[in-house]
Amino acid sequence: MGIESAAQAAAPLRDALREFLTAMADDELLLGHRDSEWTGHAPILEEDIAFSNLAQDEMGHALTWYTLAAARELGAPDPDRAAFFRNAGEFRNATLVELPKGDWAFTIVRRYLFDASEQVRYAALAESAYRPIADAVAKLRREETYHLLHSRGWVQRLGDATEESHHRMQAALDVAWPHALGLFEPTEGESTLVAADIKPPENTLREQWLAQVKPILEAATLVVPDAAQMAGGGRSGQHTQHLADLLNEMQKVARMEPEATW
Amino acid sequence: MSQLTVEHIWSALEDVKDPEIPVVSLVEMGIVRDVWLEDDRAVVTITPTFVGCPALIPMREEITARILQLGVSTVDVRTSLNPPWTTEWISESARAKLRSFGLAPPPHHTGTFDIALIEAAICPNCGATDTVLDSLFGATLCRSMYYCNACQQSFEQFKPL
Repeated sequence: MGIESAAQAAAPLRDALREFLTAMADDELLLGHRDSEWTGHAPILEEDIAFSNLAQDEMGHALTWYTLAAARELGAPDPDRAAFFRNAGEFRNATLVELPKGDWAFTIVRRYLFDASEQVRYAALAESAYRPIADAVAKLRREETYHLLHSRGWVQRLGDATEESHHRMQAALDVAWPHALGLFEPTEGESTLVAADIKPPENTLREQWLAQVKPILEAATLVVPDAAQMAGGGRSGQHTQHLADLLNEMQKVARMEPEATW
Repeated sequence: MSQLTVEHIWSALEDVKDPEIPVVSLVEMGIVRDVWLEDDRAVVTITPTFVGCPALIPMREEITARILQLGVSTVDVRTSLNPPWTTEWISESARAKLRSFGLAPPPHHTGTFDIALIEAAICPNCGATDTVLDSLFGATLCRSMYYCNACQQSFEQFKPL
């Protein structure tokens, strides 16, 4: 039986839903911000445009999730407050998306690992018993198709293109991998959501993701690191210093004039 | 006021063009999903093409301004994601207008689309099929970039969605 709205969600579900929706929103917002750092700086014009598009898409997706979390019964702040007036410890993103933009190889590897995670996550959430999530995912996953085609194509090309590209891609994968596993760190109250058929366990999603990314990475001649070494903590607000630095820049203007209307 | 019907509103909305593709209306694009009228209040439901599309803001403003001209006292523009917008909702008339605007209309699909479908673009300028995908992303969220080997021009295609 489906849950049509936040008002219909039983009280114990509400906190768990807020945490989960906030985690998805924070992932999108921060990766979108990192994407936007390539605007004007990408190695070729097409990719400058691509990353500007990706940033814009992810802002839209973040807004979608923040809006659902801000339903009165769930109690998250409105989207602008959530983005610009929370401190690092209140963010629920995986640490993968807060890491600095790095070189082009890191940008592509992070994007690919994230895009593949969204593909499996959204496919599962299309069946969510929480109707607002299922509706949103039906929309967002079509857009995400383009993101995955884009990043996967680059992984396939750069993995074994030249000695240098291979070396850089492998180095990027070694850095990104433990943080990418952190995408599948459960949010607080996950068991409540799983019991209500709102989402599958993160473990299940991680296995599906591994089954997708391993063959692609290996075909690109990359060595896939150990699946046991997760860099977690993000889902409970424990972040690297990079998040505070990112927020300092991203939130600075909004915080100068908190009551301004944009 | 008593004469005003939802048909009048639908017809007025034909005047509101897509801010990024000014040759087609929001109705032809399938963006306007529902219109109803209650006393002197109009409620319009729209659905975004791409969720992050910045044109949504001017669309709302232009819809509101156009309907207010009909004499209603308030206009409420709502956004719905369900069912999700698809390029299959773009009307045949709009597809022809896109082509004459120099933008290849999106290939038809049945719900899923893959790289093969996206790569097979027809040049809107010369009609050739000897084209190559340059980039999945373009000047707006809804476009990809191509090159036509026949007329040796770059062109854009509306992304199938």
